[in-house]
Amino acid sequence: MKIKKYINEKLFIHIFIILFGFIMIYPLLWMLSSSFKPSQEIFNSISFFPQDFTLENYFIGWEGISGYTFRIFFTNSFIITFAVVIGTLISSSMAAFAFSKLDFAFKNVFFVIMLGTLMLPYHVKLIPQYILFNYLGWINTFLPLTVPRFFAVHGFFVFLLVQYMRTIPNEIMESAEIDGANTLQIYWSLIMPLSVPALITSGILTFIWTWNDFFTQLIYLNNVTKFTVSVALRMFVDATSGSSWGAMFSMSILSLTPLFIIFIFFQRYIIQGITAGSVKG
Amino acid sequence: MKKWLKENWEGYLFLTPWLIGLLVFTIIPILTSLYLSFTRYNILTTPEFIGVDNYFRMLSDKDFIQSLKVTFKFVFLSVPLRMSFALLIAMLLNRKIRGLRFYRAVYYVPSLLGGSVAISILWRQLFNREGLLNQFLSIFKIEGLNWIATPSTALYTLIILLVWQFGSSMLIFLAALKQVPEDLYDAAKIDGASKLRQFTNITLPMITPMVLFNLIMTMINAFQSFTPAFIISNGTGGPVGSTLLYSLYLYKRGFTFFEMGYASALAWILLILIAIFTAIIFWTSGKWVYYEG
Repeated sequence: MKIKKYINEKLFIHIFIILFGFIMIYPLLWMLSSSFKPSQEIFNSISFFPQDFTLENYFIGWEGISGYTFRIFFTNSFIITFAVVIGTLISSSMAAFAFSKLDFAFKNVFFVIMLGTLMLPYHVKLIPQYILFNYLGWINTFLPLTVPRFFAVHGFFVFLLVQYMRTIPNEIMESAEIDGANTLQIYWSLIMPLSVPALITSGILTFIWTWNDFFTQLIYLNNVTKFTVSVALRMFVDATSGSSWGAMFSMSILSLTPLFIIFIFFQRYIIQGITAGSVKG
Repeated sequence: MKKWLKENWEGYLFLTPWLIGLLVFTIIPILTSLYLSFTRYNILTTPEFIGVDNYFRMLSDKDFIQSLKVTFKFVFLSVPLRMSFALLIAMLLNRKIRGLRFYRAVYYVPSLLGGSVAISILWRQLFNREGLLNQFLSIFKIEGLNWIATPSTALYTLIILLVWQFGSSMLIFLAALKQVPEDLYDAAKIDGASKLRQFTNITLPMITPMVLFNLIMTMINAFQSFTPAFIISNGTGGPVGSTLLYSLYLYKRGFTFFEMGYASALAWILLILIAIFTAIIFWTSGKWVYYEG
């Protein structure tokens, strides 16, 4: 009797998890399937599978806005995102190396400040930054979106790398010093290679957050030629005639695809990155 | 001085990019926005000092008060809901079941994609008049509202969206649950504790530090939510201000009306509000958070 109850409980949980998970995912599946339906069919038929499977939404959607295709928007997004990833990895790893492996005056004070910046809402920095970039003539360029990232402005990645680098035994550093390596060599040829998992995680998370970013892209990019995927997609919302829904869905799916691919291949790193630092040890 | 320099220069060398970033992109902007909050400034002319006028203006600014109401409602409904689902599913998944990795991925994917414009667009199409939800309801012959255009329901679409993304919180809880030492449960079983007792007296207390951390970070992020409100209301915060989240209102004042002095004041009020609520959570945490040792 007890075994039966045990099996029932496990079964019930399994079913619940599967069912609830399906409900959670269903909107995504619906959007995917709708992207292959002609626009009229999307909201008129309830059937999940396209009755009139078509790729036309993808072709129409790709045409983009006023003659600028999504090739430009995807290119812009990729350029910005890659620049941000590189900048973040370099600057955050340098700071993390300093915090975790070097000693200097006021180290703890600065570390606490760095932690503090994690909780700071971006709004209090936003307007003066905009004024600064306006003064420099950087509005409507990629510079406001990329340059700050070369200065480790997102403390989360410094924190993540610090947690990881702390697990690298100091003895390795000491024996390298004995062998005559200077600090720069230790950073570049010793600590960085050993930190690759955390660097991958940081890079992946940076990619995801930057790719999804909308607000800063919205305020700094005014010209269609500079639009990223996020900003371009928003333009579809403005044109809410029924005929453009299919195109809207198809480009939305396309914009989510890089994220999904990254997730498939780097799931492990993403999950480690999210739980890192929030769990001790 | 020379000795100090010699002992510290390496640390500071590697810290330099972050230090520059801290100064140029954080500290100076924060101080500047504080100054600007006491001015009238539209970026074309020089700032005009007007004292505390901006702050007084807020008291009688209907939109400001509306955005506060909307944001409070949004944060204090969606955050607890999101944490509850995260904890529930984490509890369910915290056992050796086959396909754990798959289920974990399924629940996490919404969190991965959720912050994007694409998902906000999807959400519009889920809840508008011809949307998926109403299609589903029509199976039961129920005629659904236009959820995103009805003032009493529009905000709930945003709340649902935030709760839908509970996957990242769930991952953190899963990791926390895994860290609860097995021998605690063993000892409790020997003492004859029921499953429920085990949960309330072992599991919950042991993960409370993680719950606290997650709660604060989720709350801080929720206060700053912008993209869904913007996309779903098409930048208006409507209908009739029912989706006017604080970030959206600040954006309107600062970047469509270019009232940058007022927007700076709004930013500082947000900072103060977040600080207050974070402090409240911290101070009351002593009562429910259990720290080992």
